Amino acid sequence: MSIKKECVAMLLAGGQGSRLYALTSKVAKPAVTFGGKYKIIDFPLSNCVNSGVDTVGVLTQYQPLILNDYIGNGQPWDLDRSFGGVHILPPYQAKRGSDWYKGTANAIYQNITFIKRYNPEYVLILSGDHIYKMDYSEMLLEHKRTGAACTIAAIKVPMSEASRFGILNTNPDGGIYEFEEKPKNPKSDLASMGIYIFTADKLYKYLEEDNQKTETSNDFGKDILPTMLKSGEKMQAYLFNGYWKDVGTVSSLFEANMDLLGDNPIFNLNDKDWRIHSRNPIAPPHYIGQTGVLKNSLVSLGCEINGTVENSILSNNVIVKKGAVIKDSVIFGGAVIEENAQIICSVIDEGAVIGKNAQVGAPFKGKDRKIAVVGREFAVAENQVIGAGEIVEDKD
Amino acid sequence: MDALGIIFSNIHDNNVPELTMNRTIGAIPFGGRYRLIDFALSSMVNSGISHVGCVTKRNYRSLIDHIGSGKDWDLARKNGGFVLLPPFGDKDSDILYSTRMEALKSILGFINRCTEEYVVMSDSNSVFNIDFNLMLKNHKDTGADVSLLYAKKDMKDISGTNNVIFTMEGEQIKKISVDPKISGEINIYANVCIIKKDLLVSLVADAIAHGRRHFIKDLIATNLNALKVVGYEHKGFFEEISSLKRFYDVSLMLLDSDVRKSLFSDAQVYTKIKDSAPTEYGANAVITNSLVSDGCQIEGEVHNSILARGVKVGRGAVVRNCVLMKNTIVGDNSSINAVITDKNVVIRDRLVLSGCSDLPFYIKKDVSI
Repeated sequence: MSIKKECVAMLLAGGQGSRLYALTSKVAKPAVTFGGKYKIIDFPLSNCVNSGVDTVGVLTQYQPLILNDYIGNGQPWDLDRSFGGVHILPPYQAKRGSDWYKGTANAIYQNITFIKRYNPEYVLILSGDHIYKMDYSEMLLEHKRTGAACTIAAIKVPMSEASRFGILNTNPDGGIYEFEEKPKNPKSDLASMGIYIFTADKLYKYLEEDNQKTETSNDFGKDILPTMLKSGEKMQAYLFNGYWKDVGTVSSLFEANMDLLGDNPIFNLNDKDWRIHSRNPIAPPHYIGQTGVLKNSLVSLGCEINGTVENSILSNNVIVKKGAVIKDSVIFGGAVIEENAQIICSVIDEGAVIGKNAQVGAPFKGKDRKIAVVGREFAVAENQVIGAGEIVEDKD
Repeated sequence: MDALGIIFSNIHDNNVPELTMNRTIGAIPFGGRYRLIDFALSSMVNSGISHVGCVTKRNYRSLIDHIGSGKDWDLARKNGGFVLLPPFGDKDSDILYSTRMEALKSILGFINRCTEEYVVMSDSNSVFNIDFNLMLKNHKDTGADVSLLYAKKDMKDISGTNNVIFTMEGEQIKKISVDPKISGEINIYANVCIIKKDLLVSLVADAIAHGRRHFIKDLIATNLNALKVVGYEHKGFFEEISSLKRFYDVSLMLLDSDVRKSLFSDAQVYTKIKDSAPTEYGANAVITNSLVSDGCQIEGEVHNSILARGVKVGRGAVVRNCVLMKNTIVGDNSSINAVITDKNVVIRDRLVLSGCSDLPFYIKKDVSI
């Protein structure tokens, strides 16, 4: 057994994800359902395993219970290892006192001991709220080839949208000479994906320096990376050409789900060369009854469908009763849609019950995309109407 | 539950020669994502049995592939867990066991080393989900030496050979007959037996000494006076896969919601996890009364059928009354009715294939037509 790991991944999974509203009231963002049977965190975790990175620290803070349960010992991702594997890293008390994770950089700083245990040469920093399939080993090769202190994965975005992202201004060889956080007049269309590979010693150095400072937000994008650039460290952009989506808002989560549909989906989950692993439910195959209609949809295990489902994504164990209609919607696990209920352009969270003849959401009008959200285990009463873009959840 | 589980994975192979060509009967794919052994194994796990030995004889590679370390059944344990018992050859000849009795003889060492008080033995040719705790309680309450599980069936629904039929007197079994020529309602042995470990060991040792070869016929049936043999009726769903036709019929029974409830609602059925993506339905898909597993791509029509993982139904294709195993591909504009496909079968475009419900058309593993 080797006593070191070449590369250790640190997955930032502690954010609240407040722009997902009711969907993250009770769970951390990485534990939100995506693409039917998956949770968002399945994507970075599966990318790690498929790229040969078998040591992953998952930094949790906000509502970690369901996320912790979901990750468990990491067995679904083959990350139950004797040396390495997945480790959940919550904030902790120490002799010097105790602190919540104050920022992304501070979260990593507080767990430097964990990283050093594996004596890695490189550290991969990931976010728990992105949907993509990426081979980190190729990015690592590039990092080694250029001899950079830090390599940042970047994706080309339409120039018109560039001002919503952190933009990397680069030389022709990919070397970064400037960062611009949400620039009004972007000079480049290369957006940072929030995926970094650091040469370990450099990471330790700058994290420790950052921790000494008083005026810092302890954030990678705002503090660590600009400081490194200012100090003259070699920083490279790594251009990624595949599908990548930040699912931090209800509408981006909804859009990313819709990207899975169609004859040639923009993002294909059924990819035998890059399987996304997940904790599977113990459930029989799904059943479509005599009155069931299914068009252009994704359906997971354990569903019972006797109504109409179009352009929608159904997670595990969803019950759709007779006469119910689901259109352009995303239904999370265990939701029950009673007779003649109508769901249009909505996201229905886990275990919610939509009563008979209830109406949730309405078709999009023009460019105004209003998505209705029904929170976890919320019961929509019979005949209740929930308008376009309305968000309902239990108050506790 | 203080019991050791023993599952026989090969007995009854000969009843379904088509499907057991490359695998044991326990490894026959069933219900879209299961193998037959999952039902006996899950029943044991749900009943709190955490030590299960699985007796094998031949063609058990696919069984090993399915069960692996047993982790999907929570049976990857330091203490107990799933133990595969490969055939134990006689040192002087290459002959392997041929009866249940001889199989038990070959694993006597394993049984003897176990610390559990009782043994639950089950075959793996049946579809059921039962709480063995209730059967064990009945075993203790009645002071039985041996408890045998049975189901009430009509003789006309019985096929295959070596069907064991009980004549009951109250709770006790008074007569055991094998393949009798009778008709009407019968009590058929469900191939599940509970017995104290020490009694099992001594019965087997005794049988070896006397050269007896059959567990039920020689050991139990001839000892009905000396031993208290109690029958325990299983009232839930129970069907034996005793022929290809029966495999087809029982598969399609899963389309009945009461059957699914009886099998999957009260206690879970575990199986190997494959991490397939959710199933995709195309814009022109038409599907009714069907059970569909993960990872399928449906562009055509599917009615009254069972589809396993990774099945593809092309545009304009029509699938009726079929049981399609893993990775079957039905080409564009093909039409199939009453067909059973084994794994990886490819049905090319514009073909019409039809069996009938009395004689489903079976296509072997890896065949392209």
